[in-house]
Amino acid sequence: MAEIQQQADSGEGGKKRAKKMSTKIDMTPMVDLAFLLLTFFMLTTTFSKPTVMQLNMPVKPKANEQQSEIKASNAFTILLGENNKVYYYDGLVDATSKPELKVTNYAANGIRQELLSRKSNPDLVVLIKPAEKASYKNMVDVLDEMNITNQKKYALVPIAKEDSELIKSSGL
Amino acid sequence: MVDLAFLLVTFFMLTTKFAPQEEVVVDTPASTSEIRLPESHVIIISIDKDKRVFFGMDDAKPKADMLARVGTKFGVTFDANMAKNFSNIASFGVPVQQLPDFLSRDTEQRKAIKQPGIPIDSVNNQLTEWVVAAQGAAYRAFGKPAFIAIRGDGAADVPTVQKVIKLLQDKNINRFNLITDLEGKPGVAGK
Repeated sequence: MAEIQQQADSGEGGKKRAKKMSTKIDMTPMVDLAFLLLTFFMLTTTFSKPTVMQLNMPVKPKANEQQSEIKASNAFTILLGENNKVYYYDGLVDATSKPELKVTNYAANGIRQELLSRKSNPDLVVLIKPAEKASYKNMVDVLDEMNITNQKKYALVPIAKEDSELIKSSGL
Repeated sequence: MVDLAFLLVTFFMLTTKFAPQEEVVVDTPASTSEIRLPESHVIIISIDKDKRVFFGMDDAKPKADMLARVGTKFGVTFDANMAKNFSNIASFGVPVQQLPDFLSRDTEQRKAIKQPGIPIDSVNNQLTEWVVAAQGAAYRAFGKPAFIAIRGDGAADVPTVQKVIKLLQDKNINRFNLITDLEGKPGVAGK
């Protein structure tokens, strides 16, 4: 392959003579190496930075600050249960009233449709309460649904005892 | 063509920033959010599926400062070699008391150790100390606080994540960024 070749000794004694050298250098190995490096760097480059989802939590209320209460008519609670189940109910749960608990899933025709059907109420506040057994993926999925349905008012709150009891008593 | 190949080689060589060795495997869930993680000044709190919490910072410069401050706080001293090792690791998940031992080992030995995670109990809460020290160090080094990102595994449980968020809220850090994978807008990909 290499084109630099010593001319065969013509046998005319040991006399040194200006040899005719070819000026062409064989580039093949160098190009091979270049492409090898190219492939290596292309494969090791991390193409994209991961994306982030912003989550703003409320500022810690000061001791003397009045907290605004949400009206039961504007509240929509989503409970994230175990085994990728989503429970939801309208209104608030307290000692006197027990809202009807329904169950759905994270698919496109699950919780998303419920959120979209409540878009008519502009003051709707979604309360997201992950249960002990819910996975982080469930939490991200639900926050993502807020993003998809363009729901502006939502809060991530710890699950209350009443809510866990509601899930238990409903048997869903 | 060869010229072009070399041009590309040069380009990739210069732009490549090798992905740092990850100390912990975290499989992040996907979301439709399209905001990208900033290139620099990021504090990453990783939570793996065994509820272990890891702390990582991408800037090497303020790390020594941060380490010294946390060390003084807990009465642990670090020598220059440990500080150098500390700047080189992307993230760690050992309590501060075990950190000198962890840092004095070489890379191979460190890989073999199973890190228990940073304690986040209310009695022994070291994570907030790290975050506060990192924010302070970043502020002194760059004039602005670092960006706090939480990288949780999809299978991690919510109580751990909520605990981390709660701890940081106690320090008046209310803005979080959850690292996720990119996913197509709905209608294209159903789950």
